[in-house]
Amino acid sequence: MILEVERLAIDYATRAGRVRAVDGASFVVPEGRIVGLVGESGCGKTTAVRAIMGVLAENGRRAGGRVSFKGQPIDEATTRRHLWRDIAYVPQSAMSSLDPVYTVGSQLVEVMTRRGGYARAAARARSAELFELVGLSESRLADYPHQFSGGMRQRAAIAMALALAPSLVLADEPVTALDVIVQRQILDMLRGLQRRLSLSVVLVTHDISVVAYLCDEVVVMYAGQVIESGPVREVLARPRHPYTMGLRNAFPDLLSDALELVPIEGSPPDLADPPPGCRFAPRCPFAMAACSATPALIADSRAPGHVSACLRDGEVEQLRPLALDPVTWQRSSSYATS
Amino acid sequence: MVERVEGTLPAEPASTFWPVLRRLLAMPLSDPFAFAGLAIYLLFVLVALFADQLAPTDPMEILFTKAGKVAANASPGAEFWLGTTNLGRDIYSQLVHGTQSALAVGLSAAVIVAAVGTVVGLVSGYFGGAVDAVLMRIADMALSLPFLPFVIVLTGFLGASTSNIVLAVALLLWPNSARVIRSQVLTLRERAYVEAARVTGASASRILFVHIAPNILPLSFVYAAIAIGWAIITEASVSFLGFGDPDNVSWGMMLQDAFASQALSRGQYAWFVPPGLCIILVVVAGFFISRGYEEVFMPRLRGR
Amino acid sequence: MAALVELRDVVKHFPVSRSLAEIVRGKHPAVRALAGVSFDVGAGDAVAVVGESGCGKTTLGRLMLKLAEPTAGTIAFDGTALATLAGDSLRGFRRQAQLVFQNPFEALNPRFTIYRAVAEPLLNAGVDRAEHMDRVVSAFRRVHLPDVGRYLDKYPHQLSGGQLQRVVLARALVLGPRFLVADEPVSMLDVSVRAGILALLREVRDAMGLSAVYISHDLALVRYLCERTLVMYLGRVVEDGPTEEIVRRPRHPYTRALVAAVPVPDADQSRAPLPIRGNVPDAREPPSGCAFRERCPHAMPRCAVETPALRSIGERHRMACHLE
Repeated sequence: MILEVERLAIDYATRAGRVRAVDGASFVVPEGRIVGLVGESGCGKTTAVRAIMGVLAENGRRAGGRVSFKGQPIDEATTRRHLWRDIAYVPQSAMSSLDPVYTVGSQLVEVMTRRGGYARAAARARSAELFELVGLSESRLADYPHQFSGGMRQRAAIAMALALAPSLVLADEPVTALDVIVQRQILDMLRGLQRRLSLSVVLVTHDISVVAYLCDEVVVMYAGQVIESGPVREVLARPRHPYTMGLRNAFPDLLSDALELVPIEGSPPDLADPPPGCRFAPRCPFAMAACSATPALIADSRAPGHVSACLRDGEVEQLRPLALDPVTWQRSSSYATS
Repeated sequence: MVERVEGTLPAEPASTFWPVLRRLLAMPLSDPFAFAGLAIYLLFVLVALFADQLAPTDPMEILFTKAGKVAANASPGAEFWLGTTNLGRDIYSQLVHGTQSALAVGLSAAVIVAAVGTVVGLVSGYFGGAVDAVLMRIADMALSLPFLPFVIVLTGFLGASTSNIVLAVALLLWPNSARVIRSQVLTLRERAYVEAARVTGASASRILFVHIAPNILPLSFVYAAIAIGWAIITEASVSFLGFGDPDNVSWGMMLQDAFASQALSRGQYAWFVPPGLCIILVVVAGFFISRGYEEVFMPRLRGR
Repeated sequence: MAALVELRDVVKHFPVSRSLAEIVRGKHPAVRALAGVSFDVGAGDAVAVVGESGCGKTTLGRLMLKLAEPTAGTIAFDGTALATLAGDSLRGFRRQAQLVFQNPFEALNPRFTIYRAVAEPLLNAGVDRAEHMDRVVSAFRRVHLPDVGRYLDKYPHQLSGGQLQRVVLARALVLGPRFLVADEPVSMLDVSVRAGILALLREVRDAMGLSAVYISHDLALVRYLCERTLVMYLGRVVEDGPTEEIVRRPRHPYTRALVAAVPVPDADQSRAPLPIRGNVPDAREPPSGCAFRERCPHAMPRCAVETPALRSIGERHRMACHLE
């Protein structure tokens, strides 16, 4: 395991009080695999990744849990040592990681000389190599970020992340702002790089079709917790958690025969005051009384294979066909109000 | 309709202005600097309002001692709190009455600058095109005028009165606020909810005054607060240079009197220190307040 | 059925600032957002306009609502050219044609209560104030926000994205329009909420007999919205046909690339490599002839000289390509 996250908890101090944005999230990243961290806005996926990088916002802090990189525990102070050299970060908006007043090439060189101890000449040679690696022409090194298209900027950001040959890349929604064709090109490139450089990648995204296309493993988060994880094929074809089942029904699919999408009624809980039991219970069509009383967490995240936090996991084979029926997801009592 | 509607129903829609205005007026309570500035202003306003009661004598009256001699060059003391001038006028009374003209100049200039700047900025930014081009070229011309020489020349032509000084200051200062407000309107105009108002058939004046103007009100206040200080300094400078209204008692006139009477070489600090301090206080208070508005309503401007 | 909205050779250029060299050479560079678009939207029809960013789809929506004026060509609504509308006739048009925005968090004035926002069209249209409450309440019921009293006094920041998008839709429907343009109506919303808004858009359209144009970058999504799709590339319509045909049997090489690139939420799907190369060209200087030819795997010499026109290739199916 290149990365192990155990019972990670992260608090934000807000005007409304303490908000636990990530609450006991556990997952692992096996060596040489692409792991998709998927969930809706506010589920804590970006916060978790930022915490691993040690770049939380000022009002955020780690409130518990362990993060280990190659078996060594890392905290905010020690993460800094690993940054860029061992663990690299690709942000959602490449524009925000590139300084508009310097050429892209000089920023690449800067990272290598400042962080990696490269000599200038070596760094310049390496920049050309990196640009070729991500499919950009060497001549574009002299350009400024604004002269790049969105896709090219994202390529440049990936080149920068790879500059010091890290073994783990954390990418936060790297293709979300891009058009589908460019998105596909970037995903293909990421896959190619991952194979050639035997990288381990964590891909944060809200888009399960991106996960389906690129990832080997998937970790599904809901309201600050990991609710399901496992191999992508398994999780998408035979989801075990009702939330994943619902998400699958709600997701548009170019190739499916069903011409109806099924919403999940309601909205995620307020993390300043989460429900006591399973956090999905208020929206779950299969919730029982016990679900709102007992917190549901994955027992052992390090167990390989497909795991779910659902209390009714034993009945999953009966629940799954029910979840395919749109009627299951309709609330008789209320209309869709979210 | 047989729908029963639960909960309280909104009455006539309240104006969008009031909540903004309420926050603007309450702002100094939350910012210590702005609070200090406001306290200083309040003090001066009270002094100006009760000037006749506070001042023991007419500020221009030449006073005599009991012996019948002109009470000139008296030192500060029990009889004349801040002493008397070279011509035997009571400095304390002058200072008190000078407050009136300072505030009159400052506040009227502020109102004019804010009003003209806001309207021009709104119209120019929203309509764009030829209107914008003409208004902004006029603004450029006004901005290129040298400050004091222009005021002196204008008062020279129109006569040396307080209102002409206010006019000159307003003519010089409106472009600053107009340009900043215009650029703000340019970005607000592109906001989706402004576009939405257009789609729903809102008239241009409704979009301008209901949807856009409340957002730029804080800017208007910032520029009004800045204008107060500038106007008072300008009035003082012009009076000090001897181009002010000769019948009007002002702090600038007091400084000019002190200068003409060679206060410094005669060691008569009481002639110029009190009016100088008053000018500094008022200008600093204006700065504190405008800074408060910037901090609260335009946090992006905050330095790191 | 007669067309409600007719576009004929609509062109829109946005001038860009000129470099010194361009001023000297007397050039007037412009972004060619639309390079001659013609199509009809029949009464009660729903049309999706799909394309990548910069293809001109958003500009097209703005022109159809007279939020901007075309550089050339005409747009007619119910037989009347939009260019001739002013004063009362423009107000009349505004009552009939409405917009649903991409970002519901931006589309409502943050200083307005929900009631005021939804009642604003009524106020602008001069509807008697006594009727406002009834009409607002019925618009809320249409968008399935039933307990109206809970929302009316709230401000936008107190509502969730899904609720806000319903409010935005209520505002668009409160005057009983005939034509609706929705610009990426769900792209800012979370997946679990999206499906509800899509279903609502369809339901409202059917119930009110609206004509609608949906603008989207997401081909997978428009399948759930409407039966007809226009695919745009660099300011031109390259394919126009039934959505299912376009998705299952795309004909234009660009549409094929687009369909191939859309990811699906199924890991077992083996996906063909992208039949396309390069990037979208600069809209200031598009290639001669067919704008797609530089990226097209089937480009022929003819493509460089002759701009392909939309031609019929089947029932209600047109494309702009020289390929047979």
